Amino acid sequence: MTQVSHDFEHAAVKALGNQQLRTNFRRVMTGLMAKRAAQFPDQDELQALRSRGASIKDRALAKLPELLVQLEQNLTANGIQVHWAETVEEGNKIILDILKKASARSIIKGKSMVSEEMHFNHFLEENGVAALESDLGEYIIQLAGEGPSHIVMPAIHKNKGEIGKLFQEKIDGQGFTDDPDELTAAARRVLRQMFANADAGFSGVNYAAADTGSLVLMSNEGNGRMSTHLPKLHIALMGVEKVIERLEDAAPLISLACRSATGQAITTYVNIISGPRKAGEKDGPKEVHLVLLDNGRTKIYNDPELRVGLRCIRCAACMNHCPVYTRIGGHAYQYTYPGPIGEILNPQMQGIEKAGDVLHASSLCGRCSEVCPVKIPLHELIVRLRRESIRPSGNSVKGGGSRNSSTENVIWFGWKTMYASPLLYRWGTWWLRKIGNLMPSSMPLLKQWTSVRTKPQFASRSIYDLARERGIRDE
Amino acid sequence: MSKNPLPGLPDTVYYFPTCLVDLFYPEAGMAGIELLQRAGTKVVMPGQQSCCGQPARNCGYYEEARAVARTQLAAFPKNWPIVVPSGSCAGMMKTHYPELFKGMPELPEVQAFCDRVYELTSFLVHVMKIKLVDKGEPVKVTWHGSCHSMREMGVVEEPKDLLRSLSNVTLVEADYEKECCGFGGTFSVRLPEISAAMVTDKINNIAATGATQVVSGDMGCMMNISGAMKKAKTPVKGRHIAEFLLERIGRGDA
Repeated sequence: MTQVSHDFEHAAVKALGNQQLRTNFRRVMTGLMAKRAAQFPDQDELQALRSRGASIKDRALAKLPELLVQLEQNLTANGIQVHWAETVEEGNKIILDILKKASARSIIKGKSMVSEEMHFNHFLEENGVAALESDLGEYIIQLAGEGPSHIVMPAIHKNKGEIGKLFQEKIDGQGFTDDPDELTAAARRVLRQMFANADAGFSGVNYAAADTGSLVLMSNEGNGRMSTHLPKLHIALMGVEKVIERLEDAAPLISLACRSATGQAITTYVNIISGPRKAGEKDGPKEVHLVLLDNGRTKIYNDPELRVGLRCIRCAACMNHCPVYTRIGGHAYQYTYPGPIGEILNPQMQGIEKAGDVLHASSLCGRCSEVCPVKIPLHELIVRLRRESIRPSGNSVKGGGSRNSSTENVIWFGWKTMYASPLLYRWGTWWLRKIGNLMPSSMPLLKQWTSVRTKPQFASRSIYDLARERGIRDE
Repeated sequence: MSKNPLPGLPDTVYYFPTCLVDLFYPEAGMAGIELLQRAGTKVVMPGQQSCCGQPARNCGYYEEARAVARTQLAAFPKNWPIVVPSGSCAGMMKTHYPELFKGMPELPEVQAFCDRVYELTSFLVHVMKIKLVDKGEPVKVTWHGSCHSMREMGVVEEPKDLLRSLSNVTLVEADYEKECCGFGGTFSVRLPEISAAMVTDKINNIAATGATQVVSGDMGCMMNISGAMKKAKTPVKGRHIAEFLLERIGRGDA
């Protein structure tokens, strides 16, 4: 996505000032929360399913190296060619080479957040390959030259009027309309042409089953099936953490993901791809490739506490329920993944020195962890990464320690000294009660506080004094 | 339902008023003590305590938080329940102390301490089985549930049940009642604009209920919410639940 500034706060403040954007997000997120809640009327069933989802992912992660080997063997046996990429650069190069070998000049893309990690469209464009997004939301933001603001609904920051104007401007012969059906029809006309003509199809992967060598893809618009089915070449891309042990493990994960994400019982389409077109078959691609990307995932994997972040099935429930995300939208997060999961992944993938700002974009309210379908303790991981950002434990996280500030260290040293000693605490708070209320609202911290709040007033008496007077025992 | 194993009716409990209550709202803290006494237990408040350590822990300063936690661990030596008029500070002690002392020899001792920590309203309901007789005028109030009270202590309905048990109190639910008020400790000053947007929405939703008072079990949230209401001249008064309940049943009445 377009990255001008890496200053999270600056971008967040700008987003807060955009009333239209805030209204769009608030409305949609409120709807999504209600839809999710309606899908889980039975709390016991929800908690049982969450535990099951978490344990399926944990079981797969526990054997990740072995499962990846098994996956490769079974995919290869099914005729799917497997490629490994450690970095974004390697991933892009591998795909470009596949395209070159097939003399492909154009690709039609299904939705893939991993391709966003790789700035894949931009890379292809630079190398003379036209990539067209076929997911409606992705198509909209591609026309607008923007990145996704949500991992499931990438164009959710735009309302129908804005999309109408965009289509009028960018699609030949398209007049203005804000009718959603007409807008969808306009996009469909462009995309259908491309489905028929593109040299290659491209997709992400939701789950890869090691036991059968199958790729499972969820999609609502049918574009996923068209992108992987019509062109003679299909390239799929996934992060290494998407492997599951057995195909049957996909079922509960699909149920959890759909219900948590959009409040659907299941997506309109669930595709299971287990190889290219076989002899005698009438359709399907002649060649299927899978590219597995690491991009920092092994490093996350190596830390047992941070590893649970790799359970993520990209449902977006954490951002839908996040009071911060709801107000600033996804672009403010600067890097690929917005919301709480982005606060975990971006600093680890990009390095804390680069993407650590976002670690403070949480009041630690814990709602993300509460709704996560695979029980990732997101807000606890945020605190763990805050810790890494100031005092790294070994070499767990890229850029660990890079946010250590001597000013903050002094503040917390002073705080600790006062609060660890009951005597100093009494003495310090005695002074605060005497002179604290004289502190001007313009001083640092109070200035920020009083922007929308009155100054809190220190009480004249300590509760310990009041209690003594009223005969409460101190022992 | 509280996550704690519940003790029998105690003869004596410890009280941890929290540093925020000590500094800004001592009367709310005293109200909690009186409620406990009126429900039938003796209350001891050790003077050797200070703060749960949450601010440092949340910022990633674990060593500092641990040093402060040690002071609290030493301040409550007897095997009595420790009652806290804040779900957030209780949540810090109960759920995060074991993590602060992970892999350390004192962990079993710390765990035993954590098992004794209770949030005030949940303790009043489940352990003291308090019965309230409302002596106040009819009033309409709304509730703000603190995030940590709900999600760390598992205390969601207890305080609202107490409010509902009062015959002259009408409890109305605000939109987005379970959404964070934007306080988050240092969050409120580290990302002040986002916090401001959150609390502004919160007070607008509170005002829209038509309630004249908003009640909460956490003075951290309440400092944020009532500070914003005062600044915006919203005609709603913020109250700690202990103070509100005590006023309803009559201060000092038997």
